Amino acid sequence: MTNITPLIDVQNLTMAYGDFILQKNLTFSVKKGSIFAIMGESGCGKSTLLRHLTGLKRPAAGDIYFSDKNFWQSSKKSRVQRMQKCGVLYQSGALWSSMTIGENIALPLQQFTSLSPKLIAEIVELKLALVGLKGFSKYPPSAISGGMRKRAGLARAIALDPEIVFFDEPSAGLDPISSRMLDDLILELRDSMGATIVIVTHELPSIFALADDSVFLDTETRTMLATGNPKILAKESDNLKVKQFLSRSLSPTEQP
Amino acid sequence: MNPDCELQASHDNETVCLTFLGSWTIHVTPCGFPDLTKLFSPQTKRLIFNSEHLIEWDSRLLVKLSRITEIADKHSIEVDLKGLPSGVRKLLRLTQKKTFAPPDRTFCPPGVLEEIGNHTIGFYQQAIDMLAFTGDILLLYIRFFTGRARYLKKDFIYFLYDCGPQALPIVALISFLVGFTLAFIGSVQLRMFGADIYVANLVGLTMTREMGPMMAAIIMAGRTGASYAAQLGTMQVNEEIDALQTMGINPLDFLVLPRLTALIIMMPLLAICADFIGIIGGFFIGVFSLDISPILYYEQTIKAIHLKHFLVGMIKSVVFGYLVAFCGCIKGMHCGRSADAVGKATTSAVVTAIVFIVITDAVFTFFFNVLGI
Repeated sequence: MTNITPLIDVQNLTMAYGDFILQKNLTFSVKKGSIFAIMGESGCGKSTLLRHLTGLKRPAAGDIYFSDKNFWQSSKKSRVQRMQKCGVLYQSGALWSSMTIGENIALPLQQFTSLSPKLIAEIVELKLALVGLKGFSKYPPSAISGGMRKRAGLARAIALDPEIVFFDEPSAGLDPISSRMLDDLILELRDSMGATIVIVTHELPSIFALADDSVFLDTETRTMLATGNPKILAKESDNLKVKQFLSRSLSPTEQP
Repeated sequence: MNPDCELQASHDNETVCLTFLGSWTIHVTPCGFPDLTKLFSPQTKRLIFNSEHLIEWDSRLLVKLSRITEIADKHSIEVDLKGLPSGVRKLLRLTQKKTFAPPDRTFCPPGVLEEIGNHTIGFYQQAIDMLAFTGDILLLYIRFFTGRARYLKKDFIYFLYDCGPQALPIVALISFLVGFTLAFIGSVQLRMFGADIYVANLVGLTMTREMGPMMAAIIMAGRTGASYAAQLGTMQVNEEIDALQTMGINPLDFLVLPRLTALIIMMPLLAICADFIGIIGGFFIGVFSLDISPILYYEQTIKAIHLKHFLVGMIKSVVFGYLVAFCGCIKGMHCGRSADAVGKATTSAVVTAIVFIVITDAVFTFFFNVLGI
């Protein structure tokens, strides 16, 4: 299902806020068509890494390549074009509250394509149907539940049929059933659209259900401790902290 | 440039075959398609697809297919999706999968009558809310004077500083320019009667009775009233106000009391500064443009302004201070839970405060006139 072409390549990335170095020497790659999880404890810099990958924050050092093209060394215009091929689902859905759900999804289509309003409306309905929200286009974001807002956010994120979809804590604040349904939806969208998925999460069920590959960030050493398939890491990693995290145990010796 | 997309239809007895050619993406220019409504004849029983010459696809293809399958369903024609790419088949299946029950009613933009009704109800509700909030504030000050109100003194000191010394430069600048403009406009008229010296009376009286308190209040409505509404509105969005309530702390005591009291105390002080600086603005015109001697201008101003004029201005400024803080706090406390709601609360706080200030000023002017003050 997945091939070996790396779509995102991170080389010796250092993330910092002023003088404070959050993470250093991060090197990993995300294969095309795969689901890649960014894992780690709270405060380790997962969301900051996502900000670097989505072009919102410039690295303190190191490089990020998209399809072998250095993102931060390319022109602003090509960076914007690159980001148009990416969709992001934020923790809260981040829907624009002054617009209806349909208008939220239509906005990128209106801005970046020359499609007719009728076709845009049809695409909006299609995207809503894909995320299980058919008939909700006239609703304001405030009138739907948190789980539905995330689905609507996902519909907006895939409005332009992106090559890569980033998810920031997709399961946060959702009940287990909604969380499972969202995980299934992510898998179905990946399988059908062929998009590459990058997920920031510390929800173990989601990590094991979705991720083909992962990177584990550590707060203490401020660097990555492991990279690879999380199921394999849970069994075979030499690093106790990684094993402890993936087995949800309090001590390295405790069995899951 | 992407190659165009094309759709060809071929008929074979009871079967219609649709062939997708080219690049079916949202970025290509659409070209002629067969008329979908005339695609099927009464004999058609089956619809099949051919995607061998399909170069790439995205939502554009899915939308087209959705439309075609919808028409086929209407004609009770069997649709065979086998000839489509597997991703397309999966996505089409996903669109038919129902997760959430379709809403039983749709949100439509309200009509004119409904809009008028909504505004009337909204206006009535706002009036009720304001009355209730006024009552809450009365109870709040009873708690305050009986020592039962919970609030942070450092918050109170911060707000005193924020709406006093921090606001002074902008109040001073605007008041100076108002005094300056008043004197300039007045001098043009008074000069015609050889009454240049009365510019001092005009500026002095106008600044102390009307413009000083009013300009300070309008500036504070735009500056501090808006900031109160935005702060409290954001706290509402972040559930900080709920957190106070669940701890048993009355948000009115904790949030409204320091803000309201600080502005009621500081507004008369700002008005005094505005009066003084406005008179200085007029003095500049009197001395440098009308060639009135500085001593004469000073004496004329002192002669024109009586204590009662000054007190009228002070009474107004205390009430204006209350109104600005009241509007900022009520709009913030009653704010919705979205970014849009915070924006609306802030705008509404400023507009309501300015309207109240102007109305109150007119009422005061009328009553003081009736009372001969």
